[in-house]
Amino acid sequence: MVDVPYDAIADIPPAEVAEVELYHPKSWWTQYVFSQDAKVIAIQYSLTASAIGLVALVLSWLMRLQLGFPGTFSFIDANQYLQFITMHGMIMVIYLLTALFLGGFGNYLIPLMVGARDMVFPYVNMLSYWVYLLAVLVLASTFFVPGGPTGAGWTLYPPQAILSGTPGQDWGIILMLVSLILFIIGFTMGGLNYVVTVLQARTRGMTLMRLPLTVWGIFTATVMALLAFPALFVASVMMLFDRVLGTSFFMPALVEMGQQMKYGGGSPILFQHLFWFFGHPEVYIVALPAFGIVSDLISTHARKNIFGYRMMVWAIVGIGALSFVVWAHHMYVSGMHPKFGFFFATTTLIIAIPTAIKVYNWVLTLWRGDIHLTVPMLFALGFIITFVNGGLTGLFLGNVVVDVPLSDTMFVVAHFHMVMGVAPIMVVLGAIYHWYPKVTGRMLDDWLGKFHFWVTFLGAYLIFFPMHYLGLLGIPRRYHDIGEVAFIPPSAHTLNAFITVVALTVGFAQMVFLFNLVWSLFKGRPSGGNPWRATTLEWQTPQTPPGHGNWGKELPVVYRWAYDYSVPGAAQDFIPQNQPRATPGVQGAAP
Amino acid sequence: MAVALILLLVAVGSVLFHIYSPWWWTPIATNWSYIDHTISITFWITGVVFFAVIAFMAYCVFRFHHKEGRQAAYNPENKKLEWWLSIGTAIGVGAMLAPGLVVWHQFVTVPADATEIEVMGQQWRWSFRLPGKDGRMGTTDVRNVGSDNPLGLNPDDRHGQDDIVIESDDLHLPVGKPVKVLLRSLDVLHDFYVPEFRAKMDMVPGMVTYFWMTPIRTGTFDVLCAELCGAAHAQMRAKVIVEEESDYQAWLAKQKTFAELSGRSAVMKATYKSGGE
Repeated sequence: MVDVPYDAIADIPPAEVAEVELYHPKSWWTQYVFSQDAKVIAIQYSLTASAIGLVALVLSWLMRLQLGFPGTFSFIDANQYLQFITMHGMIMVIYLLTALFLGGFGNYLIPLMVGARDMVFPYVNMLSYWVYLLAVLVLASTFFVPGGPTGAGWTLYPPQAILSGTPGQDWGIILMLVSLILFIIGFTMGGLNYVVTVLQARTRGMTLMRLPLTVWGIFTATVMALLAFPALFVASVMMLFDRVLGTSFFMPALVEMGQQMKYGGGSPILFQHLFWFFGHPEVYIVALPAFGIVSDLISTHARKNIFGYRMMVWAIVGIGALSFVVWAHHMYVSGMHPKFGFFFATTTLIIAIPTAIKVYNWVLTLWRGDIHLTVPMLFALGFIITFVNGGLTGLFLGNVVVDVPLSDTMFVVAHFHMVMGVAPIMVVLGAIYHWYPKVTGRMLDDWLGKFHFWVTFLGAYLIFFPMHYLGLLGIPRRYHDIGEVAFIPPSAHTLNAFITVVALTVGFAQMVFLFNLVWSLFKGRPSGGNPWRATTLEWQTPQTPPGHGNWGKELPVVYRWAYDYSVPGAAQDFIPQNQPRATPGVQGAAP
Repeated sequence: MAVALILLLVAVGSVLFHIYSPWWWTPIATNWSYIDHTISITFWITGVVFFAVIAFMAYCVFRFHHKEGRQAAYNPENKKLEWWLSIGTAIGVGAMLAPGLVVWHQFVTVPADATEIEVMGQQWRWSFRLPGKDGRMGTTDVRNVGSDNPLGLNPDDRHGQDDIVIESDDLHLPVGKPVKVLLRSLDVLHDFYVPEFRAKMDMVPGMVTYFWMTPIRTGTFDVLCAELCGAAHAQMRAKVIVEEESDYQAWLAKQKTFAELSGRSAVMKATYKSGGE
């Protein structure tokens, strides 16, 4: 049940379904542009997400310049500041992190790790990317339309989002909603692929409880996204109707700048419920792939099996399920019925338990390991620190009454950047250092990597840790300039300036990383097929980078779980998943 | 071992920063010190966990980093340890949640003797309304809003006639008396936010929200908007002045009622009309 017993492995049944012939590219266009190979689609997704992510990074510098030195930069006014924060948030959460983890890592790793030749619906998979690209282009176009992008905040709360007091009311908000709708359509095509591939296309012997945690994380996150994104989809369509057709889904009777509006009867809070029914699972849609990937990074680079694999799997599934009943903790001060607070505070704090189990199991994996302080491992350690920090401050904001003074302050900004900004990005970066050799056949430069890690990790920590205390002091978020307020001491402005300087430094370190990515592509040390001496299937491909179809004539057969590191009595400190057990009993017992 | 040391320094530095931070919550001005206590409990519990986890991790890096000949242990799981850790975590979570829910119960239970007052937000200013001599506030409807009726009071409701309307001016409150703050908005979401009060709540067009508090010290406090409300969100300011009862009464005597304000415009209207005829 937990594992296929030894006898069953010795006699793995033949595949029940004959292999389907893959579509083979016939020209340069179908090989590199309109490719149906999940690996090419993964790279397309990753490059597009990174490109728009760079735009969001630059926006964050502009925001920080304004916050650190208010009034110094005449080219940033209140409207632009709001447009910057809105686009920064939306791009980072959806168009970068969601797309990168699921479209990028999901596409590359799922077929390789489960031992499939490709995704089960390659053509739909290709369409998924092109619709995603269209969504990104529509989003980026808002920078050039009259009125500019919307400045409603990434939460897009109505009525404000579609009224004239908010920048981007003309075209910005309409195109933002259209872009979100496109993104969800594109994602759904990819998401169905990832789920069906994991469920149906695993190679022989690859039971669910032998999947690497990376696959568990991406799989669970995809299932969640398929259930959560529809709420955002309908909310976007309804708000689009409110804006364009004059319906009143979210619009009550109201007076705008002294003018009676034609709206009436709608509920702004309904939008918030729909938004956060998507928005909270979204946090875990980003976090669960990170949880899975970091588990594999830690295990591989500590040369030790992940501690408590089964508990890790159940924690991922449990967190995924619980995350659908906590959404209104984003709405404690929204004006919803105050009694809801009891329920949502309780569910929110319960989710801390499976999350804590994951943290314990990561650090217990290090215990009595053989820790190689490679760049991926450093990023994994950086992830643990920032995630523990951000997770614990979540216990403040989830505990309803504690949230009352802290909500809408810089404490919230610091918290969510730590927990779903910095921590997942640590994993993304670690994962890039880890899998780059498989994708390109070359290693990234180690010295540049370590420089990149230390500046990014320490810098990000210096940015967001002190920021909590600005929020505790009471400084509200989404203010382009705090102005004259009695309770804010001058030292708070000094701290803001300090944070800005550090943020620019961290930004610079990312340029070093980009240089490393390009430079190593040509000059990097050749990596061979399995430079980290890892067990999972993607490292056992006949070619590196893997060719179309991933495997040679025969699909690999899986005989063991993904974590046979340092098995007592084994010749090496790792045993690949597709290596048969020679003599039972000698090579350890997988759970 | 440099890496282990840096990791440990991050943990130690975070704790020291917390202790010596010059940025801390504002001196409280209402009865909600319970909220501050709950935050303190949360800081203690999370602080201990944070330090323990990071220090343990740093120790592992120090003790088990790769050396020639080292071999990792092979122990897939340890049910007992995992259960104990889960139970310990559950206890810690309970120790934060229980006081939190008790205080939340207080927060949502408005005392019967609380005076109702109203705060209304619109882009980008605050208005206030007090119940007047009859102690009751009149009904409102956003459709009544006009130049002579900025808060949208129902002109036919007698309870509203003596309501005191404060436009573009500061709100005064007597110290030591519980108030239920009713919150309304005419256009978009706003949030009546005074850091020293700790309590806050969004104002939502189309509905009335509320919170309650008892001011416990006199002083002048800045009102900010804590829910993004458009371009001038950051400039939406007012002041609340908490003062002794006698000062409050003196201020109150100088304020205009709805009847006086609308009466004045009614007279003007009548004059205009008769002049027209």
